[in-house]
Amino acid sequence: MGIEKIEKVTVKVAPGVRQVPGAPVYLTTIDKIINWARAGSMWPVTFGLACCAIEMMATGASHYDLDRFGIIFRATPRQADVLIVAGTVTKKMAPIVRRVYDQMPEPKYVIAMGSCACSGGVFRTYAVAQGCDEFLPVDVYVPGCPPRPEALLYGLVSLQEKIKRESKRWGCWR
Amino acid sequence: MEELLKELQSKFPEVIEKVEQKDVPTIICKREGFLDFIKYLKEEKKFDYLIDLCGVDYLNYKPGGVPERFEVVYHLYSISMRILIRIKVRVPENDCWHYSVTPLWKTANWFERECYDMFGIRFKGHPDLRRVLMPYDWKGYPLRKDYPLFLDDEHEWKTYKELKARYKGKR
Amino acid sequence: MGTYLPFFIFALILLVIGVALITVNRILGPRRPYHEKLIPYECGLDPTGDARIPFRIRFYLIAVLFLVFDVEIIFLYPWAVVFESLGWFGFIEIVVFTILLLAAYIYAWSEGALQWE
Repeated sequence: MGIEKIEKVTVKVAPGVRQVPGAPVYLTTIDKIINWARAGSMWPVTFGLACCAIEMMATGASHYDLDRFGIIFRATPRQADVLIVAGTVTKKMAPIVRRVYDQMPEPKYVIAMGSCACSGGVFRTYAVAQGCDEFLPVDVYVPGCPPRPEALLYGLVSLQEKIKRESKRWGCWR
Repeated sequence: MEELLKELQSKFPEVIEKVEQKDVPTIICKREGFLDFIKYLKEEKKFDYLIDLCGVDYLNYKPGGVPERFEVVYHLYSISMRILIRIKVRVPENDCWHYSVTPLWKTANWFERECYDMFGIRFKGHPDLRRVLMPYDWKGYPLRKDYPLFLDDEHEWKTYKELKARYKGKR
Repeated sequence: MGTYLPFFIFALILLVIGVALITVNRILGPRRPYHEKLIPYECGLDPTGDARIPFRIRFYLIAVLFLVFDVEIIFLYPWAVVFESLGWFGFIEIVVFTILLLAAYIYAWSEGALQWE
């Protein structure tokens, strides 16, 4: 009975979002609101290890602006949502990357940027970790050597879409 | 330039084995008496700039039939005279040590640490000889010719192996 | 009372919004504390060294001096609003007040309390 009444009073403006006509009042699910907030303000921790860091800086600079997506680079993992592993991860650096990932608060995501972070790249040697997914759970892989800023932007937008598809990743009991 | 080389050969006949003229005048010398020779070069002949110190592994390629496996190469430059010379010292594999020139040039500190890290040549008189590029508890000397390019799972570095085992795929 | 009612409503709204934001975060935020997450951040390495550093007493001195002179300024503001109706008496009184605090200022200056080192 309640659903039909709600559907009579409100009008659908987007999939899953209904608006009371004339008033700035929207009805939607908590999932949608939380996912929209998280996707619209992804704050990466600057983790540039090698050459891909330059492309990450180029993406964040004024031409391929990242600030318009709500992406602000934070220097500390304590205030960050997403870890962009940009560059070659050596075995000596691997525990440090893992520790930085551990010190990010929930919810956290990982983007492996560049061929070296995805799979070790050209370096199949004794000192290079063959991809950061050997010790990190990666959400989005952005291949390239280095990936162009447009490619990194596409990876970030894919992560946004992945976040928007999530459900029930909230609640202090989780 | 030739006068300099002749003077060095006459002054240190038992240290210098050979003098070659490649792109740069090269002096091949023995390990015994090396410290006096290099000190003379730095103080008397004013070779005050140690440009590089590196190691070479001659495992399978033995030019001139010399038995020793390793070689330490020094590039010295004299700023006042604008002369660059190269000094090579052969180091055998079973007696793998050499004198450290850190008391003369402070820059040799990390060069010798890198040489130790990559080849296993210990430097006598070095104040702090430990690995500089690889992790401190790494086993093996990577730039030797018989070191594998890619380590398989059983030779893997212990810390990294544990990290992989603990965290692969786990959030 | 009537002129202060909007102020109280404003304060109440502020309080409600602040508490609501913190509460919503507490309820909706996922929490998964584990050991590596809770240790202090030291660029990914294990924390070494002491977290305590020697504290410079100069900070306290600056704070106390600020407090004294800030209170003086707070007293000067209402006088400045109504000084015309107070006349000569009020003027001489405020000059005496200011001279006392000026003496305190000159003393602090000469003792080196305003030097950083």
